[in-house]
Amino acid sequence: METGERSVRLHLVLRDPSAGRDWLASGIAVVASMAITGVLILLADANPVTGFVIMFKAAFVGKIAITETLARAAPILLTGLAAIVALRVRFWNIGAEGQLLVGAMAAAFVGTIAQLPAMLLVPAMILAAMLAGGLAAAFPALLKNRFRVNEVVSTLMLNFIIANMVTALLSGPWRDPVSGWPDSPDILAGAEWPTYWRGTNLHLGVVLAVIAAVAVAVLLRRTTFGLMMDVVGDNPVAASHARIDVRRTVLISALLSGALAGLAGAGEVGGIQYQAMISISSGYGYAGLIVAMLARLSPLAAVPAAIFLASLMTGSDEMSRQLGVPSFLADAVQGIALLAVLIASQFARYRIVVYWGSRSSAR
Amino acid sequence: MSILDLILDAGFLAAAIRLTVPLLLGTMGEMICERSGVLNLGIEGMMLAGAFMGFVAAAATGSLWLAVFAAVLLGALLGFVMAILVVHLRIDQTAAGIGMTMTITGLVYFAYRLVFADNVVPHIESFKTIPIPLLSAIPFIGDALFNQYALTYLAYVLVPLLAVFLARTPSGLALRTVGENPLAAAGSGIDVIRTRTTALVVAGGLAALAGAYLNLAVFGSFTFGIISGRGWICLALVVLGRWNPVGCAAAALLFGGVDAFQLRMQTSGISQIPFSVFIALPYIATLIAMIFSSRRALAPENLMKPYDPEER
Repeated sequence: METGERSVRLHLVLRDPSAGRDWLASGIAVVASMAITGVLILLADANPVTGFVIMFKAAFVGKIAITETLARAAPILLTGLAAIVALRVRFWNIGAEGQLLVGAMAAAFVGTIAQLPAMLLVPAMILAAMLAGGLAAAFPALLKNRFRVNEVVSTLMLNFIIANMVTALLSGPWRDPVSGWPDSPDILAGAEWPTYWRGTNLHLGVVLAVIAAVAVAVLLRRTTFGLMMDVVGDNPVAASHARIDVRRTVLISALLSGALAGLAGAGEVGGIQYQAMISISSGYGYAGLIVAMLARLSPLAAVPAAIFLASLMTGSDEMSRQLGVPSFLADAVQGIALLAVLIASQFARYRIVVYWGSRSSAR
Repeated sequence: MSILDLILDAGFLAAAIRLTVPLLLGTMGEMICERSGVLNLGIEGMMLAGAFMGFVAAAATGSLWLAVFAAVLLGALLGFVMAILVVHLRIDQTAAGIGMTMTITGLVYFAYRLVFADNVVPHIESFKTIPIPLLSAIPFIGDALFNQYALTYLAYVLVPLLAVFLARTPSGLALRTVGENPLAAAGSGIDVIRTRTTALVVAGGLAALAGAYLNLAVFGSFTFGIISGRGWICLALVVLGRWNPVGCAAAALLFGGVDAFQLRMQTSGISQIPFSVFIALPYIATLIAMIFSSRRALAPENLMKPYDPEER
């Protein structure tokens, strides 16, 4: 003991890995965030039981409610998959927000090209958005590979660079000439994505998001590249010993990650807004990180995780209308869900002992 | 009126200084905790919390200094929460930081709606400037530099103090060692966990002070976009300023100027170039700086790496 000072310390002892305990952590995080939701409703002078009933109804009961929740879940699922693909190789892509935005811009641009044959419009929008999003994520991956630039900071910086460039474009050269608002011109009628249930927002993007989840699951579990991604993520040194090209694996994963986020942007343009606008994302990029954590990087588990977050959004919007509980509730609870799953996961991974004492007396 | 007229007057310099101070305070805090090995992505939220706390406390008590105190206290507390997550529980710093900012932002806006439910936002009497005798009489720059708020002078003093602290004091050396090589630090009897916790508490306090300054001195009220990315800019400025106090101060001054310039362009209406291009400048400059500085390994060696006391 050097100083004789005593303080609270945590002792983290690695447990044997247990999938069951890990999933329990996600479950506890969801329950904990719902409990805090209840407290927040109470703080807003409303009855939590009434609040939860309203939220549940608004999110799941009836044709409009459920399709609206699914339409909101689609972009969150896609950015969640984007985060999963990147995090599998330990590439911290927190730039999904920007990649979604460039995807939306690319889709909106292609969707206004009258010279394209009508049947090619929608596929071209999808491809352009995925390409734009992919490139926006590949750039920081290249910087990481070539110059060892930390991707957390670079992807974060790119979010703001992209958002400001898009604002400049939309308020200047590409402003909607009809409305005069800082939004892009409307896409052509033929570029609007098909909906599958009349009078609802259940559009092609929702179907594509589910297909993407299955495709990513197959990629990760059934292909050599998926295996390579896991090896790179677990131990890059061992990966290069096994003759895996670590840089190439990271670059391709980043490209794929950005493409998924870009697709989310295309869906918002083609299926919901029919134009690009700066507010098109409403935080879907960051919500993707929460999905990835709740789903423990499993693409199929990302589906319920995305629906959970989407229902929180649609539910709190309605609760705000009926009970006057501020809809910022959804933002707060999303953050709390993320922190809760991080904390719970740590407790699942380690046996955590609290003790009093100085560091040296612990050993 | 041309763009040159916007810059070449004493008012512009004064505005630039005013807008530099929050960046400076936030950047100094972020630099300290990065030097100890922790990236604080919670800074954006902590600034917002400080701005909100400062505003509510000022409206409730009528005392601006009490408001500053309350804001700093809340920021320090949030820094401590972040320390529990990333230093004690060793949660990934990126995820925890994003989670902190999301949670704090959501809670602050939620609380704002509850506290000011009737949409009547009180007016607070913001800080008055205090001219420093003699110095403020210097032509052109005197008024801009030395007829400022007390908090501005505090920020002026903070930079050399931190520079001396880091370079010349045992505690500064300990802090740097913890960020570069925590095992060596622990070996020589430095308490790594305690050092990082303290650094985060200080960083949180400074971030909240920056936020409180924005509404208690600059804007005089609390609005939704009050921080609008200034916390993220501080992250960028630490990279641009190469993790040292003087460099960070210079970077903050440069972008305080950019901030003042774009605000003036917005109000003057003469803008030929969309002002959002200017807002993007710090981020672009940071990317370029990161590319050029990567080979020289300027960042603390153990930045973003959790420390395990049992690891040998």
